[in-house]
Amino acid sequence: MRTRRLRLTSLALSAASLLALSLAGCSNGSGSGGDSKVSLRMTVWSNDPSQTALFNSIAADYRKTHPDITSIAFDYIPIDNYTTALTTQIAGSNPPDMAWVLERDAPDFVSSGALTDLTPTLKKAAGYQYDDLTPAATKLWKQGADLYAYPFSTSPFGMFYNKDLLKKAGVTQTPDELLAAHQWTWQNAEKMATQVAAHTDKQGLVVRDWDYKTWIQLAGMWRGWGADAWSADGKTCGFDSPQMQQAMTFLHDAIFTDKALPGPGETADFFAGESGLTITQISRATLLAKHPFDWGIVPLPAGPAGASQVIGQAGIGVMTKGSHKQQAADFLAYFSDAANSAKLARYFPPARTSQLTTATLAKANPMFTPQQLQDVVIDGIKTGAVLPSHKNSAKIANLVQNALDPMWKSGADVGSVLAGVCKAIAPALSE
Amino acid sequence: MTTTHKTTREPAGTAGPPTGPGRFWTLRRQDAASGWLFVLPQALGFLAFVLYPLIAVVYYSFHTSNVLSGVTKYAGTKNYSQLVHDPATPSVARATVLFCIGLVVINIALAMLLAVLLNQRLRGTTVFRTLFFSPVVVSLVAWTITWNFLLQNNGGINSILHVVGIDGPNWLRGDNSALVSVVIVQVFKNVGLNMVLFLAALQGVPRSLLEAAEIDGAGAWRRFRSVVLPMISPTTLLTTIVTISGSLQVFAQIQILTEGGPNNRTNVLVYFFYQQAFDNHDFGYGSAVAVVLFAIILVLTLIQWRLRKKWVFYES
Repeated sequence: MRTRRLRLTSLALSAASLLALSLAGCSNGSGSGGDSKVSLRMTVWSNDPSQTALFNSIAADYRKTHPDITSIAFDYIPIDNYTTALTTQIAGSNPPDMAWVLERDAPDFVSSGALTDLTPTLKKAAGYQYDDLTPAATKLWKQGADLYAYPFSTSPFGMFYNKDLLKKAGVTQTPDELLAAHQWTWQNAEKMATQVAAHTDKQGLVVRDWDYKTWIQLAGMWRGWGADAWSADGKTCGFDSPQMQQAMTFLHDAIFTDKALPGPGETADFFAGESGLTITQISRATLLAKHPFDWGIVPLPAGPAGASQVIGQAGIGVMTKGSHKQQAADFLAYFSDAANSAKLARYFPPARTSQLTTATLAKANPMFTPQQLQDVVIDGIKTGAVLPSHKNSAKIANLVQNALDPMWKSGADVGSVLAGVCKAIAPALSE
Repeated sequence: MTTTHKTTREPAGTAGPPTGPGRFWTLRRQDAASGWLFVLPQALGFLAFVLYPLIAVVYYSFHTSNVLSGVTKYAGTKNYSQLVHDPATPSVARATVLFCIGLVVINIALAMLLAVLLNQRLRGTTVFRTLFFSPVVVSLVAWTITWNFLLQNNGGINSILHVVGIDGPNWLRGDNSALVSVVIVQVFKNVGLNMVLFLAALQGVPRSLLEAAEIDGAGAWRRFRSVVLPMISPTTLLTTIVTISGSLQVFAQIQILTEGGPNNRTNVLVYFFYQQAFDNHDFGYGSAVAVVLFAIILVLTLIQWRLRKKWVFYES
């Protein structure tokens, strides 16, 4: 009798295990069964609580008029491995319904068919004002006349500076004053950074998120020399151009001779008061919310080729392999309409011409003065160029990173390293 | 109420014949069915999460696969040929071999040394055992992130060296120091496990053998070389196999500390596989790298298994 009971128990346990396994295998968590009740999921790389609260409030408002949408989740993936994690989800047949896409990955995502065409949905959405989207902002996300992602953030790079630290280092002319005097150049910025590093226990200039790996963050610097990573058609390498060589020699000297930037393996966070200046996107200003020190922001300095502003972009696309494409596109149309775009403008400079005014931006960005908004945001978006992107961007990024590594030591032969970069990426550029 | 029991029970543990015509669930079948049901969840898990991916990796290694477009095409041996001609392959092979040798030699030697030292009957050995074993139970990522801070150029280790007048290297950015740093971080993480295994083996060496050797005039070193080492050879075999295969699968440490740099100096095969498959979205090429890695681990394990007769005392 006991043996029989034992067998029955084992049978029940096994059956329960199998059932659990089957359920785990069949469930994808997004309600892919019928379309009567739909759960939507958007992958994002921001976990800023105030931004998440805004997304959730927009989603909650949308659900009030769309009872068929049971939930809208904003699924955070850290930026460092964002694209890798996203493509892994796609490969694992568990794609999100909507995804943020980095500008550097835009050509790959748009041309591969991973994203659905949003044009019909956005054009027919009531009161959407599709033509209000600036052509400069949508250019990267289009194939022909069709828009494959909504450019929800067009964020220019600027140079933040720590007024307290500059004063302590004995800097007499602030970047704002140099800008007004038309003397805001890379040479002067580098001198200022050298002075901070030499006369305080803090670092001079930090190129945020570069860390001697994410080289694309250097575009804001080398474009001042008229250099770029590759030609506009993406076929010809630009690292071995004379302009790039001059720009990189300037950077190398700034790091290893003048100590204006922290060296490889040295960390400093501007927003924690550890450096005098930093180059980053203006959306990072939220990190200064607690005002730990007096700060300012100016556009990127001018190089020998003049002032050249750089823009980081992020788009939201609807995944072709998603379970609820139309519902996701409809929600995206709501998420990015004029009213919500104005709300999002607090964190993400909008792609709408009508909202690129100091009056609108000042309402959403109380941290910036109208002059800062005009100089850095509005002029930056109007005149700036988006960070380099390529259809083969992921592969090229790794190849360039490895090929640039020999440059980050004292006494490196800048010219030969740059020639090596072109040799390394030439096959990937032509693929 | 009266119940009548039919006493037709078979003796426990025997697989007797059917008790009646047409009875399907004989005791033998019941035993077999319950046995299968016990192993079924595990077997299904193995099929779904081990065997199927293994077959899929081999399949994908002969295809080109674009994750974003979802297009997979047969490519023959193109991916394997690409691995042979990839300019990064020599650097990756060099990093993999040096990492493996460095890790195995230092780990096994240090584990054995610590085990011998802690096998002495001295006061405080328990504290040291705990100290050396504790990194084994610490989260790998937490351990590596902490070391990442310590090994920065302006990090804790160089600050200490600076205090005593030494200008430390840029540990994670130097051409040679990066690989050494990663090996050391990994050794400290896992040496405690091998140490405990060696300690258990050392405590199993019969004292009579050591005393006999001592009576025969053998010194401490001779006793260790001729008695202890052969007696603990099964453990040496086990730890060597486990450490070699583990060294070829080290990923998180590389990802957190160096991302394969500088200039591929720490880009071991498993990290290279990750870069190709998940960073570059090239699942076909990544799968070919994974198959090669699998083959290397298999071959190395088989070689060690074949060689065991030469150095494990009870196999000869």
